[in-house]
This record gives sequence, C-alpha cells and structure tokens, in this order.
Amino acid sequence: MLKVENLKVNFGGIEAVKDISFEVNEGEIVTLIGSNGAGKSTTLRAISGLVKPSDGKIIFEGEDITKIGSSEIVSKGITLCPEGRRIFPDMTVLENIKIGAYLRNDDLTNDIEKCHRLFPILKERENQLAGTLSGGEQQMLAVARSLMSRPKIMMLDEPSLGLAPLIVKDIFNILKEINEEGVTILLIEQNANMALRLADKAYVLETGTIAMQGTGKELLDNPKIKEAYLGKKN
Amino acid sequence: MNINQFLQHALTGISVGGCYALIAIGYTLVYGILRLINFAHGDIFMIAGYFMIFSFAVMPFPIAILVTLVATTVLGILIEKFAYSPLRQAPRMSVMISAIGVSYLLQNLATYLFTALPKAYPAIPGLKQVIKIGDISTSLVTILTPVITILLVVLLLWLVNKTKIGMAMRAVSRDYEAASLMGIKLNKTISFTFAIGSLLAAIGSILYFTDRMTVFPFSGSLPGLKCFVAAVFGGIGSIPGALLGGFFIGICETIIKAVGLSTFSDAFTFIVLIVMLLIKPTGLFGEKNIDKV
Ligand SMILES: Nc1ncnc2c1ncn2[C@@H]1O[C@H](COP(=O)(O)OP(=O)(O)OP(=O)(O)O)[C@@H](O)[C@H]1O
Ligand SMILES: [Mg+2]
Repeated sequence: MLKVENLKVNFGGIEAVKDISFEVNEGEIVTLIGSNGAGKSTTLRAISGLVKPSDGKIIFEGEDITKIGSSEIVSKGITLCPEGRRIFPDMTVLENIKIGAYLRNDDLTNDIEKCHRLFPILKERENQLAGTLSGGEQQMLAVARSLMSRPKIMMLDEPSLGLAPLIVKDIFNILKEINEEGVTILLIEQNANMALRLADKAYVLETGTIAMQGTGKELLDNPKIKEAYLGKKN
Repeated sequence: MNINQFLQHALTGISVGGCYALIAIGYTLVYGILRLINFAHGDIFMIAGYFMIFSFAVMPFPIAILVTLVATTVLGILIEKFAYSPLRQAPRMSVMISAIGVSYLLQNLATYLFTALPKAYPAIPGLKQVIKIGDISTSLVTILTPVITILLVVLLLWLVNKTKIGMAMRAVSRDYEAASLMGIKLNKTISFTFAIGSLLAAIGSILYFTDRMTVFPFSGSLPGLKCFVAAVFGGIGSIPGALLGGFFIGICETIIKAVGLSTFSDAFTFIVLIVMLLIKPTGLFGEKNIDKV
C-alpha cells in the first residue's frame, strides 16, 4: 500500500534521513521505533509532504507521491497525526474535529458520532476551546481530527508522549479498534514495548537508517532491542 | 464648542474612523496570517483611488466602482504572489523589507504614471448630497461610512468564524503545518486573505477620497501609518480590535483638529502607538502570545 524507497532528507548539511526503505501493507499496523533524533518524525513528515526529500521515492497504491503537495496527499487518504498534537488551541473541540474533514464536502454527522463514541470526553467538551483540554484529551482530539478525513492510512507520531500509562493504554486500544475497522496504521513510538506488542511489523531506525526489522514479536524477543529500547537486561 | 458643533465633529470623526477601520482590518488580517506588517497596504489604498479616477472617466459610476473593487483586489493578490510568496521560507525580516520595497514601488510608479500633482477624485452621484439632522448638516457619505464599515465587519466576522474558508484562515494563522495536514492549501488561503484586505481597502478608499476630493501618489502613506497604529491599538490580529482602533484614531484626530490643534493631530496618532506599546504591547484585544511555536 505504502512503499518508501531509499528515502533521503537533508536539512542544510544535516542528513536527517540517510537511506530508508520500508513497506506498509493494507490493514497492517507498522511501527517505527528508534532513539531521539533517529529521523522518525522526518520520515513521516516527508511522506506527508511537509518536507521535501532530497532523494528516494514514496509510492502509495502504486502511484509516486514523492513530489505531491500535502493537501493532495491528504485527499489521497494519508493522514498524519503530528508530533506534539498540534491541535488548534483557539478553536473549539468540535471545530477541531470538523477541520479534520476540511477536504470533504459530504455529511459529517456519522463521523462526528464515531469520534464521540471512541472518545466520549470530546462530546462533553464539545464547545470548549481546545487549548483548555488536558494533554491526554488533546491527544484524543488529535486522533479524532485525523480520523475525520476518512484516511486509508493513518500515521501517528508519538501519540503516547507525556501521557499517563492508563491513558496510553486507552489510546493504544483505540488505535487497535481503528485498525480493525480497516484503517492501516503507521506508528512512531518511544514506548517501544507497547508499540511492538501492537504492531504486525516493526522497523528500528538508527541515525537515519534502518538498523533492524521484523514482526513485532520477533523484535520484542530480540536481546539487542530488549537492551536498547525496552530497558531490560537478559 | 457648543453641543451642535461637538456632534458635528463627532460625526466627522466617526466617518473618518470608519475608513481607517476598513484599512486597519487589512493590516490585521495579513498580520494574522503571515505575521507580516504589509507596508504596501496604504499604497494599495492610494492606487485604488487612481483606479476609481480612471475608470470613472470612461464608465458609468456603478461599473467604475465595481472595476475599482476588482482591480484593487487583484492588485493585492498579485503583490502577495510576486513579492511575498517567494519568501515563504525566508526570515520574516526579508518579507518586511520586500513590503517596504513594494510600498516605494507603488508610490514611485504612481508618481511616474500620474505625476505628483493631486488629481481630482470624481464625485459619485448622491454621495456628497447634503443631509440635515436638526442643526447639523453633513453629507451622505459621512453618515454612510460608519454604517457600511460596521456591516462589512459583521459580514467579515461571519466569514471568518462560520465558513469553511474562514476556518482555513484561522487554522493557517495559527499553525501552517497543522493546517497543511488538514488538507488546507496555504497559498490559496493566504491569497484569499490578501483579496479581502485589499477589497476592504478599496471600499475604504472610495469613502475616504469622496470626502477628500483629491488623490496624489503619497495619499496612502499617512493614512496607511495611522491605520497601522489603529490595528496595533486594537490588538493586531484582531478584527474587532481594528474596528475599535480605527474609530478611536479617527474620532480623536478630528476632535484634536476641531479644538485648533491641527498641527498636533498626526503626532497624536504616533503618541498613541508609543503609549500603547509601552503599556499594553498586545493592544486591546491582542493575542497573548504573538509568536508561533
Ligand atoms: N527543520 C529541521 N532543521 C534542521 N534539522 C532538523 C530539522 N528537523 C529535524 N532535524 C534534525 O533531523 C534529525 C532527525 O529528527 P527527527 O525529528 O526526525 O527525529 P525523531 O526520530 O523524530 O526524534 P524524536 O524521537 O526525538 O522525536 C535530528 O537530528 C534533528 O535535529
Ligand atoms: Mg520525532
């Protein structure tokens, strides 16, 4: 479904992403893990068209989307729930949900109901300014907002950042639910343990390259991963 | 000053203030979306004056008005496209310098094409008609200006708060990247913002010059600066702020002139700017954190 081939991204002289290739198949949950500055966010931002790759190809459903603008990428069914949530603080919760469907012109009632079913708190807070939500609520809002574009693939950049363990669990359960309803998921996580448990497939990024790959289970059991990312000694 | 004189001056002040408000909104909208003080805005207002003079000469007035509005709107869009949008990734200071460049370009172009001599502004039929309310006599345009201004502001607030394009404007003002991720097209939204700002400047220009009766290449600089001050006073980025700021500057200025301190009236505007920046830099209704994350 989504294929990244030899992707390179430079910022001035810095090679943030050196040579990354990976593939996401329809219906899968794929995760990219890696330490700070490994190039995870940059990879997703390149797919979304926010940064221009200096080399390599991004192919979505057989079509080369490397050079396409971010608005069109959304319309093709790719959405990014960005690092740090990036909700619109001076719009209401409901407006934030609606703006996720900016490119759609059809009726949103069912989709809004679905968001409310997944995140009941967002219905309660409907008319409140989004900036007044707690961090966890803002993250839920960001996920709901991304869903509103009816994506085929949803990319999430560290949805668990700064959240209490219980809320993280909630969000992961909901990601699973979203996936079961047919949305492919590409997930970036610092919380490698939970991400690997959830993922069908995982890639480990190290300084702009892919250092390892395998199924979620394989990597969970891998001693190197255990030491570097799961904080366990054998 | 007796009560009638006072009312007379107040009315004039409200009318000038309405024009100022319409121009100030242009500064505020552009600042909101680009964090740019569009120094060329006052000159767009001046060029709109010339558009009216030349189109009025060859067309019936309703069409001339329409041509002026459309031409000014297009001018605003073109300035953004050629002078600002290529600098989207550049530091803000570069865009600001580009805006100053456009301002001088328009002034000098106007001097070159139309000479520095003031040109007579056409009298739009009916607008200068004298109206008497009790002992106060005034012209229709003086009464019409604040009414039109307020109607336009209500319309604009509806557009910004209730429509999809308005939602896009607010999103882009807040966070370019997050807006892009929603599928919003930045350039289209920014163009639209310039279009609205320029359209309002054109309307302001018609109302303003109808009262002043002449246009020359520097007609836009002082009103432009004053309206910028009005926008800062109200809180740059805020539409109701620009409205209030426009009225405030217009009324104060007229009253200062009326009590015989004409020479001081322009200085007053800039004292307002300095005082405001000292005591409340964000203006009356300004955003608390101006800088984006
Ligand atoms: N706009 C930019 N300009 C310059 N350097 C950048 C820019 N964006 C990212 N980088 C650099 O690229 C490298 C990769 O950054 P990226 O944000 O992709 O890391 P990450 O894997 O998401 O890290 P984290 O887990 O901390 O979020 C970093 O060294 C970063 O400093
Ligand atoms: Mg990151």
